[in-house]
Amino acid sequence: MPASLLHAARRSLGVGAVVLALAGLWELYHWIWTTTGWTHPFAVDSTSMPHVWTILKAFGQPAQVNQPALITILFHKSLFTAKEAVVGFALGAVVGFALGVLLAHSRLLQRGVTPYIVASQTIPILAIAPMVVVWVNPKLPGPFQGWGSVAVIAAYLTFFPVTINTLRGLHSADARALELMRTYAASAWTVLWKLRVPASLPYVFSALRLAATASVVGAIIGELPSGLQSGLGGAILNFNQYYSIEPQELWATNIVAALVGIVFFSVVVAAEKAVVRRAPENVA
Amino acid sequence: MSAELVVSVSGVTKTFPRGNVTALQDIDLALTHGEFVSLIGPSGCGKSTLLRVIGDLVEPTAGTVTVNGKTARQARIDRDYGIVFQDAVLFDWRTVAKNIALPLEMVGWDRDRRKARVEEMLDLVELGSFAEHHPWQLSGGMQQRVSIARALSFEPALLLMDEPFGALDEMTRERLNLELLSIWETLGSTVIFVTHSISEAVFLSTKVVVMSPRPGRIAGTIDVDLPRPRAAETREDPHYFELVTAVRELLRKRGEHLLPEEEPQ
Repeated sequence: MPASLLHAARRSLGVGAVVLALAGLWELYHWIWTTTGWTHPFAVDSTSMPHVWTILKAFGQPAQVNQPALITILFHKSLFTAKEAVVGFALGAVVGFALGVLLAHSRLLQRGVTPYIVASQTIPILAIAPMVVVWVNPKLPGPFQGWGSVAVIAAYLTFFPVTINTLRGLHSADARALELMRTYAASAWTVLWKLRVPASLPYVFSALRLAATASVVGAIIGELPSGLQSGLGGAILNFNQYYSIEPQELWATNIVAALVGIVFFSVVVAAEKAVVRRAPENVA
Repeated sequence: MSAELVVSVSGVTKTFPRGNVTALQDIDLALTHGEFVSLIGPSGCGKSTLLRVIGDLVEPTAGTVTVNGKTARQARIDRDYGIVFQDAVLFDWRTVAKNIALPLEMVGWDRDRRKARVEEMLDLVELGSFAEHHPWQLSGGMQQRVSIARALSFEPALLLMDEPFGALDEMTRERLNLELLSIWETLGSTVIFVTHSISEAVFLSTKVVVMSPRPGRIAGTIDVDLPRPRAAETREDPHYFELVTAVRELLRKRGEHLLPEEEPQ
């Protein structure tokens, strides 16, 4: 236990050092560009690159009069967006995995369906979001109204890497292991659950890591056409309009959005560590 | 036919359409209960293919295989085969105990019965203290012992071993040879053992079947009448050397005209 505590302490120290270094580099860049007056690639001033302390101070102040501090507002908004992202992630992961399993069992289906799955990902999410809102929202029960369709949009961004990697992972089972299962006269179902799925987990989890961040992006973007004001997407849209006056508020929101993504990613990594039992050199 | 006949192979031919290779030609082989038969021969003599045909992993082009009076396919469905490959083929995500329990889950044993049997098997292969380890934490020899325990856990009628010790060092191999013999004597299983090693074949077997390549054929069969139980001293027995020489000569005689690099100009 003390060893793992030490490890954790060392890690957080490392993370803190990186954050400090990044802030330092930001300010250094700011200082060089403002003192020399360089305009390439862009002119630096308090609008294009607000000071780190201006951004930090913005967290503590209300964005509008008679409102709580920005950090309180952003906290509630990020909870709302996280809710959409979690549901979207779960939905996308389940659909993505099921689709992968289905496609793995039929080469014909795989050939027929894969082009459409790929095509679905080349269409920008902003072009599909309005349709999803119009189609899905009226069908949703009360408590899911509004944000439910955003979760579907997040799921739309999530399922793709999961399907592709599940498919690959299911085919990664060792040929000898498949022969072994054959000598046990194992059914296709047994082979799936006792061999193919466990063998696919490292692949599935590397897809879930991608999906974790994609689901947050999907939730934020999905809020824009839905006209939702309760999440980070609404806040970003709002602060965009005031960027030339108060850029620090958009920066502060971006930092919170990034933190949500990092938290999601870390949860998936922790789940992977708990679930995937593999030789250290074989973990994808 | 004797009631004890476990495996009967008759007139088995296997050609692979790709490259039109005849892996096996007109093979006849019979094993009675409790026999330990080694298949030995150079690479490409079809010994592994023959093992796979018997285990219904490969379908013969012609001929029949009967196992316990059934077709090979029915025998496989009835779970008459335990198999051990050159690699242990353990599931990384399962502990040693769970790996051994894998076939027992398929056979449908309940948890308590599985647990008891796994403990028995762990004792048999002397890995009792490694039950909760994962495969990658074990040495190659230990992994192969787990693989043997898994193959024997459900008491299959026939144990198929495809160069099980081929990837291990000489010392580990000799120790595992002794362990395998003691397990075989304890359980009274019937074993088909594919190997490259003449000394291993003679040391272990009741019968050595020598095969020759292109096309794969049985060159001859040598009965090994060395006393049992066999021990490290068996390898120093003059009769052991006679048998090793007999196998070697059979391999050489059959192989001579087939190996172009050995032909005089």
